[in-house]
Amino acid sequence: MRAVPTWHSYVFAALAVTACGGGPPQASQTANTPGASGSTLQINGAGATFPNPIYSKWFAEYNRLHPDVAINYQPIGSGGGVRQLMNRTVFFGSSDMPMTDAQLGAAPGPILHLPTILGAVVPIYHLQGVEDLRFTGSVLADIYLGAITKWNDPAIAKLNPGVALPATDIAIVHRSDGSGTTYIFLDYLAKVSPAFKTRVGVNSSVNWPVGVGGKGNEGVASLVAQTPGAIGYVELIYALQNTIDFGSVQNSAGEFVKASHDSVSKAAGANPVPDDFRVSITNPPVAGAYPIASFTWVLMYQHPDDGAQGRAIVDFMKWAITDGQKFATDLGYAPLPPGVVTRELALLDTVRDS
Amino acid sequence: MRNEFSFRLAVGACAVLLIAVVAAIGLELARESSLSIRTFGLRFWLTTTWDPVAGQFGALPFIWGTLYSSFLALLISTPIALGVAIFISELCPTRLRAPLVFLTELLAAIPSIVYGLWAIFVLVPIVRQLETITPDVLRSLPLFSGPPLGVGMLAAALVLAVMVIPFTSAVAREVLKTVPVVQREAAYALGATRFEVIRSALFFARTGIVGAIMLGFGRALGETMAVTMVVGNNPQVSLSLFAPQYTMAAVIANEFTEATEELYLHALVEIGLVLFVITLIVNAASRLLIWAMSRSAVPASPRTTTIAATV
Amino acid sequence: MSRDTRRRFISAAFVTACAAAVLLAMVPLAMILFFVVSQGVQALNVAFFTQMPRPVGEPGGGMLNALVGTIVLTGLAALIAIPIGVVSGIYMSEYRGTRLAAATRFAADTLNGVPSIVIGIFAYAVAVMPFRRFSAMAGGLALGVMMIPIIARTTEELLLLVPGALREGALALGATRGRAVLTVIVPAALPGIVTGVVLGLARIAGETAPLLFTAFNNRFLSTDLRQPIASMTVQIFTYAISPYEDWHRQAWAGALVLVTFVLVCSLIARVVTARVQRLRG
Repeated sequence: MRAVPTWHSYVFAALAVTACGGGPPQASQTANTPGASGSTLQINGAGATFPNPIYSKWFAEYNRLHPDVAINYQPIGSGGGVRQLMNRTVFFGSSDMPMTDAQLGAAPGPILHLPTILGAVVPIYHLQGVEDLRFTGSVLADIYLGAITKWNDPAIAKLNPGVALPATDIAIVHRSDGSGTTYIFLDYLAKVSPAFKTRVGVNSSVNWPVGVGGKGNEGVASLVAQTPGAIGYVELIYALQNTIDFGSVQNSAGEFVKASHDSVSKAAGANPVPDDFRVSITNPPVAGAYPIASFTWVLMYQHPDDGAQGRAIVDFMKWAITDGQKFATDLGYAPLPPGVVTRELALLDTVRDS
Repeated sequence: MRNEFSFRLAVGACAVLLIAVVAAIGLELARESSLSIRTFGLRFWLTTTWDPVAGQFGALPFIWGTLYSSFLALLISTPIALGVAIFISELCPTRLRAPLVFLTELLAAIPSIVYGLWAIFVLVPIVRQLETITPDVLRSLPLFSGPPLGVGMLAAALVLAVMVIPFTSAVAREVLKTVPVVQREAAYALGATRFEVIRSALFFARTGIVGAIMLGFGRALGETMAVTMVVGNNPQVSLSLFAPQYTMAAVIANEFTEATEELYLHALVEIGLVLFVITLIVNAASRLLIWAMSRSAVPASPRTTTIAATV
Repeated sequence: MSRDTRRRFISAAFVTACAAAVLLAMVPLAMILFFVVSQGVQALNVAFFTQMPRPVGEPGGGMLNALVGTIVLTGLAALIAIPIGVVSGIYMSEYRGTRLAAATRFAADTLNGVPSIVIGIFAYAVAVMPFRRFSAMAGGLALGVMMIPIIARTTEELLLLVPGALREGALALGATRGRAVLTVIVPAALPGIVTGVVLGLARIAGETAPLLFTAFNNRFLSTDLRQPIASMTVQIFTYAISPYEDWHRQAWAGALVLVTFVLVCSLIARVVTARVQRLRG
């Protein structure tokens, strides 16, 4: 959508001016101006649902420590976060899928990827009395391709000897919105299943061959929890907080690993993290590592329009990647590797007003 | 005289403003979907691929989902709504009339998000149970194929039907009121049974009744929240009642804030434009029918148009 | 069976079918009210009305920001819709036969039928995109546009119901048209107009779709019109599609508050209408 105001918006602006009695909203500027009360700085952000549990904890905690800063984060999906950031309708975005070079090139200014936490995508399912199901990447890929349709399929039974699998249909649940969680999941499936890579591909939003779409990690968790025979993929915390069964996945070393902050941290340590922090850590060649793990990033402009908000977010980020990490393990996430934290603190110092 | 003129001018300006708002809506929709219209043209309405990544957008699954769900809703709701309208206007004891009217109005006034909430937690499990106990012989039909998810076309159609009933019934009631009493009395005098009298009244009011049904259809087409929560969010064209599908309003609600490219957003707005045009046509046609009906009967009472205005 | 008996049988069956239809229509209403009340009452406590939402996954907290948000949004909508709606209604009733009145009526009916999500798109294009922010004002605009036709048509209908004698009396006493309308006729129709406003408020307080990308949402309590704002409906939607049991209960509580509000508005409207009709005789 173009930002050129039409005559309708001028009319609306005129009404708005008389209604608010304040100065006209600056259409040429792009940042959100501080709250009318003047004392509280309100900053708007939007994006991934993957880290939402810990972000909401962080923002509440930070607001407790700094009552004059209110960071309003809305979990609308990674795709939405990138979109709103590029439109500059929010001050910062968040995504579990790194922006592509093309997207970065199309942005109005340089955007920084700031890793905040490490998390895991787990396969959740709803089967009575069946716990600790084992999956391999190729089995998951076949399920989501529609090649495996029943729970008692030989491929699943082979991985789970002695488990009583029912003969019911597998009800597949995926994301209906643009999702970084989807990206992480598909990134992994594409690495282990060439058929999946060609048929579906890897992105935040794809043409799913089968299944029901849920909105956000919350929607997928909710659908799986309510639908017997369902399978889905969500960030670990959503399975833990709602006591939904989730399975272990076979990693590249052949072990069946359940997601935990330990196995996720091992995955992060496998490959070197580049300077711009855009990296994929799925299916790492490390023993004991969980294969479907990922960083998640806060996205902000390196030269933000609004100095006050920029400083506030930089201050928040510095707190989040140091003190804030102590909330991670309780919520099922893994803290950032120390090497990443040091480099990120340096990167945060490069944020300057435009 | 000058006072008269300036009053008319001032008041008339507001009326013009109202018209301008409606025009503005249409214009903005057209403007913000221009890229998609130029890129895809008519193919947009015939393609089933909705692939934001590849930049391929086809709206056929959404049109199908909207029309199919609204049509099913109409199928379920029309007999019930007409039955309610007939009962209240012809058959019901006078004391019951006001409470029944109040209850139907209440049904209309419940916010759609509350319908959605009820649909997710109460209706969907019931539908899932129904789908699970469907005998296999029916399962082989395309109408009932697919796993028993609960969410899907059937749940959407049911919740839409419940939401549409009060609208159709209120308008049908008003339409029946315009049938001249003389006509009914004459029929009774000739020895007709109640059914036959009502049948002749329905025949007399048939244009208006059709208008009432169409108004309900228009309502179902535009419903967003309740449908979004239970339709399953899968853009596919499927006859099956059990299959998760997608409607035009639902895809806009779900994907609008995350349309990452210009073309994606324009495609969504184009869907909104089509929804706007379709509901405009359906509503205009229904009001035309109702107006024509009331014109041919007794002079239209203001009440007729009031209900039409408040739905 | 003789022809007569068959006819009577058909008639009886038909009457039974109509009665059954009424019962069938009442079933979902009863179910919804039952669930909303039984589930909502459990979660309705002082905290619900006075506290903010807790971080994700932690039980407790409330919907204070959403309650305030809905009040702000409906207030804004009323501010936009009442002037335009009432004055347009005045035009449509005073200058009934003109083409402009007919066009306005058509426009109002059309606007009434526009799906709320489409109005949301319009508000996004006009009030969000150019200013590059989600705001309570954009949400208020969307809701206000939806409210205009309800008020306009109700005002028109009620002004028409004012007895001609009142208007003729005013004009006979030498009042100009404008004065007659503003000082005599509109006040006479005022209870009805207020009813229309109340019903309009009830309807838009329950709207969700147009707020999704205009007012957006806000975790904090905010009354700043230029910032995003929470609302009951969007909050209920967010909670309903989530997996958290505590959020589900809060969603039912929110639904109870909404339904109660709508019920109260409907009752007020009925009482006022009945009183007006009694006064009129």
